[in-house]
Amino acid sequence: MDFIAQHAVLVVSLVKIAVLLFVVMTVLAYLSWFERKVVAHIQSRWGPYYVGAHGLLQPLADGIKFLFKEDVTPPASDRLVYILAPFLALSLALTTLALIPFGPTTVQVLGQPVFIIANSNIGLLFLFAITSIGVYGVALAGWSSNSKYPLLGSLRSSAQMVSYEVSLTLSVVGVLLVAGTFNFNELIERQRGAFWHWNLFGFGHGQVTQIVGFLCYITAAIAETNRVPFDLPEAETELVAGFHTEYSAFKFAMFFMAEYANMITVSCLATILFFGGWLSPFPDSWTWQLYLPGAGLLLTSLYCLYDSIANMRGIARLQFLAVTALALGGGAICLNSSVMPLVQGPFWFVTKVGFFLFVYVWIRGTLPRFRYDQLMSFGWKLLLPVSLVNLVATALVILVRHG
Amino acid sequence: MSIPFILFFVFAAIAVLGAVLLILAREPIHSALSLIVVMVSLAVLYLLLGAEFIAAVQIIVYAGAVMVLFVFVIMLLNAGVEERTNWSKMAKYAGLPLAFFLLLEIAHWMWRSAIGTKIANGVGAVNPAAVSTVDLSTLLFRDYLFPFEATSILILIAILGALVLAKRGE
Amino acid sequence: MSVVPISYYLVLSAILFGLGVIAFVFKRNIITIFMAIELMLNAVNLAFVAFARAHNQLDGLVFVFFVIVVAAAEAAVGLAIVITIAHNRRSLNVEDVNLLKF
Repeated sequence: MDFIAQHAVLVVSLVKIAVLLFVVMTVLAYLSWFERKVVAHIQSRWGPYYVGAHGLLQPLADGIKFLFKEDVTPPASDRLVYILAPFLALSLALTTLALIPFGPTTVQVLGQPVFIIANSNIGLLFLFAITSIGVYGVALAGWSSNSKYPLLGSLRSSAQMVSYEVSLTLSVVGVLLVAGTFNFNELIERQRGAFWHWNLFGFGHGQVTQIVGFLCYITAAIAETNRVPFDLPEAETELVAGFHTEYSAFKFAMFFMAEYANMITVSCLATILFFGGWLSPFPDSWTWQLYLPGAGLLLTSLYCLYDSIANMRGIARLQFLAVTALALGGGAICLNSSVMPLVQGPFWFVTKVGFFLFVYVWIRGTLPRFRYDQLMSFGWKLLLPVSLVNLVATALVILVRHG
Repeated sequence: MSIPFILFFVFAAIAVLGAVLLILAREPIHSALSLIVVMVSLAVLYLLLGAEFIAAVQIIVYAGAVMVLFVFVIMLLNAGVEERTNWSKMAKYAGLPLAFFLLLEIAHWMWRSAIGTKIANGVGAVNPAAVSTVDLSTLLFRDYLFPFEATSILILIAILGALVLAKRGE
Repeated sequence: MSVVPISYYLVLSAILFGLGVIAFVFKRNIITIFMAIELMLNAVNLAFVAFARAHNQLDGLVFVFFVIVVAAAEAAVGLAIVITIAHNRRSLNVEDVNLLKF
C-alpha cells in the first residue's frame, strides 16, 4: 500500500489505461453491431438477429472468425512493412483516446483525476499530431501489398486524408481563438452553463457561434476517417477493397478496428470542442437531472423485459433477460446517492458521443459516395476556403468586441 | 538515474539507431521509415527540453506532411532496391574513417567548448517548465512578423514551382 | 543533478549531423540523399532548441519554426524536380544525372 501511495501517478495511470483499453475494445466490437443494425433498419431489414438475442453475440462470433481465419501473406510483399502497417494504424488510433476527458477532473483517486489519462496543456495539438501520422498506416499498407489495386487505393486514400486534414485543423481554430488554450479541460470549462453556452451556439460571455466551424469539422472528419460518402478508396465496387485487399484474418480486423477507433476519436473531439464535452445541457441548478442516468437505465431495462417476454423464445429470451438484469443493476447503482454525482460527467459524454456515432452510421446508410475528383475538388475548393473564412470571421468578431 | 535521464538516453539511442538505419537500408522506403523514427524521437527530446509547441509542430509538419510527401514520391516512382556499389578503396579505407572522425571531432568540441561548460548544468535545479504557446506566438507575430510574412510568400513560390514542374513533366 | 545537461543534447545533435553527412556523401539514390539533408536540418533544429532552453530565450524556438517551414517548402520543390529527373533519365541513380543538356 505504501508503494501505491508513493507511486500514485504510475499505478493509477496503469489502471486507467487497462480499464480504458478494455472498455474501448468492447465498444469497438459493439459499434460494428450497432452499424449493421442501423444500416439494416434504414434499408427495411433486420440485420444480425439470430446470433444471440437481437444479434448481440454477433461481434463475438466475428471476433472468433477473425482469430481463426487463415493468415495469407502475399509472397512478394515487403514483410516488415506489411506487418507494421495495421499495427501502426490501430495503435495510433487507440493512443488518441489517452488525451480525452470523459468527466470532470475533480473526481479523483489518490490525487489523480479519474476521467482523463493524460491532462496535457497542448492536448488538442497532440491529438492532431497523432491523427496526421495515421496517414502512414494507410499508405504503407497499400505499398507493401505489392499489387495494383491496393497501391491505387492507398494513394487515393492517403491523398484524401492529407487534403482534408488541413480543413479539419483550420475549422477547429475558431474554437481555439475563443478559448485561448489547447487544454481539453479548460476548453470544456469555458462552455459551462446550459446548452446555449456550448461553442456550437456560443451565447455565453466572450463566445462566438461556431456553427460553420462545426459543419466544416464534421465534413472534414468524415472524409478523414474514410467513411461514406468519402469512402471511394475502400469501396468494394470500385477498387476491390482498396488498401486492405491483401490483408486477411487478424490484420484486416486491426484495420477495421482502427477505422472505428478513429470514428470514436473524432466524435469525442466533436463533443468536446462544439458540444460541451461532459457538461450537461441543462443549467446546473436543475438538480433533478442527477436522476437521469439511473432513470434512463431503468426504463431501458423495463423495455428489455417487455421485449424478452413478448417477442422472444427459448435461449434468446434467457439472454435478453440477462441484459435486462444488467440494465436493472446499472440503474440501481446509478440511483445510489453517492454514485449519482460521479456518473453525471461520463453519462452526458457517452450520450453525446453515441449521438455522433449514430449520425455517422445514419449518413452511411443514406448518402451515395463521391467520385474521387469530386472529392478532391470539394476538399480544396470549397471546404478549405469556408474554414478560412470562418477563422477570419471569428477573429474579426473577437477583435471588434475587445478592440 | 532519474526519469528525464532515462528518457533522454532511450530516445537519443532510438534517434541514432534510426539515423544509422537510414544509411544502412537497402530500400528507400526503409530509409524513409527510419527518418520518421528519428523525427518522432526528436519530438520527444523537444518535449524533454520543454518546447511543447515545437514538438507538436515537428510531428504535424515534418513527420506528418513532409515525410508523407517523401513516401508518396517513393511509391509513385517505384524506387526499387538501391544498386549495390563497389566502393572504391579510397572511399572504404579513407572516406569512412574520416567521416567518423569529423563526427567525433564536432561532438568533442561541443562537449568541451566554453559555451558547453558554461551551460553544462542546464537551467537551475528543477525540471524546466514548458514554454507557453502564448509567449511563443507573441514573439512570432510581433518581433518576427516580417520573416513570417516572407516565409508565407516562400511557401506560395514553392507551391507554384511544384505545380509548374509537375505540369511540364507530363 | 536531475536535469539533463545541455551539452548532452549538443553532442547528440553533432552525432546526427555527422550521420547525415555520411548518408549524403555515400548514398546514390536521389531521394535518400534528400532525406539525409532533412536529417541534417533536424540535427540543427535540436541544437537550436537546446540553446533556446539554455539561454531561456524563445528566439531559438521561433527559428526552429522557420527552419521547419523552409525545409517543407524545399522538400516540395526538390521532390518535384526529382520526379521530373526520374521521368527524363529513367533512373534514380544520382550518377546518371551527368549531362548538362538533356
